[in-house]
Amino acid sequence: MGESSSELKRTPLHSVHVESGGKLVPFAGWHMPIEYAGVVSEHMVVRTSAGIFDVSHMGEIEISGAGALDLVQTVTTNNAARLAINQAQYSALVYPEGTFVDDLLVYRIAHDRFLLCVNASNADKDYEYIRSHASSSTDVRNTSAQYAQIAVQGPKAIPVLQKMTAFDLLSIKYYWFRHLDLEGEDVIAARTGYTGEDGFELFCKPEAAAHLWKRILEIGAGHVTPTGLGARDTLRLEAKMVLYGNDIDQTTTVMEADLEWIVKWDKGDFVGRSVLWEQKLKGVDRKLVGFEVVDRGIARHGHEAYINGNRAGVVTSGTFAPYLKKAIGLIYLPEEFSGVDQEFEIDVRGKRLKARVVPTPFYRRQK
Amino acid sequence: MYPKEYHYTKEHEWVKREESHAVVGITLYAQKQLGDIVYVDLPPAGKKFASGQPFGSVESVKAVSEIYAPLSMEIIETNKEVSERPELINEDAHNRGWLVKVKVTNESDYEGLLSSEEYEDLISQDQH
Repeated sequence: MGESSSELKRTPLHSVHVESGGKLVPFAGWHMPIEYAGVVSEHMVVRTSAGIFDVSHMGEIEISGAGALDLVQTVTTNNAARLAINQAQYSALVYPEGTFVDDLLVYRIAHDRFLLCVNASNADKDYEYIRSHASSSTDVRNTSAQYAQIAVQGPKAIPVLQKMTAFDLLSIKYYWFRHLDLEGEDVIAARTGYTGEDGFELFCKPEAAAHLWKRILEIGAGHVTPTGLGARDTLRLEAKMVLYGNDIDQTTTVMEADLEWIVKWDKGDFVGRSVLWEQKLKGVDRKLVGFEVVDRGIARHGHEAYINGNRAGVVTSGTFAPYLKKAIGLIYLPEEFSGVDQEFEIDVRGKRLKARVVPTPFYRRQK
Repeated sequence: MYPKEYHYTKEHEWVKREESHAVVGITLYAQKQLGDIVYVDLPPAGKKFASGQPFGSVESVKAVSEIYAPLSMEIIETNKEVSERPELINEDAHNRGWLVKVKVTNESDYEGLLSSEEYEDLISQDQH
């Protein structure tokens, strides 16, 4: 908003989106496709067939050298020492207060070399933060401009991609990756995603992106549909994957975000550990939970919640979930009110709508 | 695309004038802007609205939009089918996706509405 499209960064696929009728909007400093055919139909295609997403705006930071593992271990909460080469993990980059610099995926490329995939709007900040903790034996680079990234997600994603490579894609397990040849292009194919579906995220050279995008759509004709950031947001929310800037940020801790599973207490010291450990022992004051709106209407980011007439929190993400066909969202509620079935009210444009805490993820794919 | 016999507003409602009443809905352009509509909120029969007053809302996955009374009116009937299947507005905004049947309480309000040509001009300017 307020940004003219000429000031916005463009991915290598920008002209492809314009040609194919994508609706482009400013997003995190980039001019990105928000939708093609419509959020609901794109969402449903990913759940039932496959969608292709341009996620080239995502940032990449590479850490290498003798101190690489130590550095990753110091600034992130998960245990990178447990990663084998070609394995990835979800993690948090944290401040001493236990709050988020960012959330990210950590890929172990070699014994002493890691690739971090971070949020577009945070890449520069993350890079400076990581560098400030680096010793002289460690090389930290912001390599965001060297990669385009294409995600192919949904039950038909792997069958389609398999037609483009001799490498047995099913031999790559969930949260593992390989360097491989896809239609003559060298890619890092990671079996990861942000939709709750099976599939791959493909890192490639910027100049290879348009060719790969077109070939995936040709080979996947009838199965794969271009999908925008609108559906990416509804898909990730149904799967209860948090979004930096909405659900987590520099004011929320990893424990409050209910992400203790990415905090490895036994790995040695790391930034923020003492605050997070104290929250584990004493409990958190507030906790991120999933809710559904019981009344008719959609609670959205920024809407305030009330319990017994008292302000109890603010909706961090909220939408109509196209697959589940109900309004869902995430909210930080006081710990004592965060149990499943807790009822509360959300002020939606002056109207109090009834909502209820529900188990998450809202959606889990059949395996 | 925009029926000649309908009247339109700058807020993207349409009005179809019948002998004893009028039918009100939102335009094809409005539904396109909103995208997938999932909730419709309409007032009960008997409620009266002055021209320009909000009388209900339509909500899509992306956004919510108020609907304004195109003219002074009293609700006779709401479209039950649309309440149950709001996507009908996306599918057929100008016909089966109608919202309310109303009694027009001030016939001269029709004079303030746009013709189909005027409305098409308006939205073509909006688009760029």
